[in-house]
Amino acid sequence: MAHIAGVYEHPLRNIPDKTVPQIHAEVALGALADAGLTMADVDAYYSAGDAPGFGALSMIDYLGLDVHHVDDTETGGSSYLVHVRHAAQAIAAGHVDVALITLAGKPRTGGTGPGASARFSDAPEAPFENMFGMGIISGYAMAAQRHMHEFGTTSADLAEIKVAASTHAQHNPDAFLQDVVTVDQVLESRLISDPLHLLDACVVTDGGGALVVVSEAVAKTLDRHTIPVLGGGEAIKGTRAGRVDLTHTAAVVSGPKAFAEARVTPADIDYASIYDSFTITVLVTLEDLGFCEKGGGGAFVRDGALQAPFGRLPFNTDGGGLCNNHPANRGGMTKVIEAVRQLRGEAHPAVQVPDCELALAHGTGGSMATRLGSATLILGREA
Amino acid sequence: MTDATTSDTAAGDPGPLPTSEPWVTPETQRYWDGTADGRIELPCCAACDLVIWYPRAICPDCHTTDLEWRTMSGRGTVYSFTITRAGVGGKWRPHLPLLVAYVQLEEGPIVLTNLVDVDPTTVAIDMPVTAVFHDTGHGNAILRFTAAA
Repeated sequence: MAHIAGVYEHPLRNIPDKTVPQIHAEVALGALADAGLTMADVDAYYSAGDAPGFGALSMIDYLGLDVHHVDDTETGGSSYLVHVRHAAQAIAAGHVDVALITLAGKPRTGGTGPGASARFSDAPEAPFENMFGMGIISGYAMAAQRHMHEFGTTSADLAEIKVAASTHAQHNPDAFLQDVVTVDQVLESRLISDPLHLLDACVVTDGGGALVVVSEAVAKTLDRHTIPVLGGGEAIKGTRAGRVDLTHTAAVVSGPKAFAEARVTPADIDYASIYDSFTITVLVTLEDLGFCEKGGGGAFVRDGALQAPFGRLPFNTDGGGLCNNHPANRGGMTKVIEAVRQLRGEAHPAVQVPDCELALAHGTGGSMATRLGSATLILGREA
Repeated sequence: MTDATTSDTAAGDPGPLPTSEPWVTPETQRYWDGTADGRIELPCCAACDLVIWYPRAICPDCHTTDLEWRTMSGRGTVYSFTITRAGVGGKWRPHLPLLVAYVQLEEGPIVLTNLVDVDPTTVAIDMPVTAVFHDTGHGNAILRFTAAA
């Protein structure tokens, strides 16, 4: 079984004086040091659309890696969870011993090249979707509007998600936003795209993160507490030739796959990292993963259910993308990192879930309004 | 891409929505030619009858390339919508707040669009709408919708 042996989240949120490749290098070194390994140990490299230039080819050359396995899978913000799963599969097949996954970007201070955005202009859907001034938030707003219409979800329900994230972020000295907010403060914040307010949206931060996934044999040689990858699932959902469905994500497929592989159920999960580009993303994902029934997300998140350490389902204890960090506009990497901290017992003491034995990390990439990639990981704890 | 609509409007009036020249390919030519005449023409699967949005050369359900073009009625209902007040820049900024919507055509497909010439406070899900075509100045038009008469 594959193990996550090293994680690293770049501590900065504004990085004007470093390049994107440089941040990739810093987080790679950080995660390898956390694992007790070096660049020379890496035999597989994984990157996504945030990697500059030719992606993995450019970064492998820049970092001076000597790898025999490479994966440039791009599913937006969920890419890094997909990479963990692919690394685990490659390790299980005996092809890989030490896999390095990196993310870095500078949407806050600039300096990111055309990168992944350039590839969208020749997408087959482009002439039929790019003509209407739909911003990222507009798409999620339409998802929220539809969810409210079908299930009676309210803006106050969505605000509960931001409140929980902010309650956690006050304990994270690196978090971009560290002030606790109330439901009323969310509702009184500026409407950006009805029904979503400014405080329903994630932060925009520079930064990065990295993961090191290793084989069982390598894990045994390390002093560090390694985290077994018990199960995973990935799925893609699109506009289905015009049968748009804004109230589900592909988590309805990736979640059950991951739970089945790990042989556990949602009720067994002690801590969950849930992708939180917007509050609505969390609400729909909780339903899709089976933590509550479809349409029941609004009721589920009330009464501090998501607040650590004692809520029904403590989530995003680093403050998540809503408050802590959303490096390169991609939140999947930090979802895995905080889940590993919880399982190692290394989350902030104020938000550490007691006796955390089973964690879920979930990523959503692309847009809930059009096409997205969902990826779910179930992680365990070994003594 | 170029804009057919630019700034010859009174101060304070942003004028018509940006109407960019689309990237027309042999695969989508017939759709765009239809818009020039105020028609929505879509490829439909000759095998499974699926009405295919966005236009393409293969049926994504049964994967046949045996398609036939049909003309839609131009009537539909709002599936979802948002009043976007910020978060988009450039040529869209003067048009904020902007109504972005998904409209379900009578024939089935749900298409991304704008709602125009409607009071945003009156828009609701399931509201009946009808197609309008905004000339790009390049022999085709962008499909938008307004409240049904």
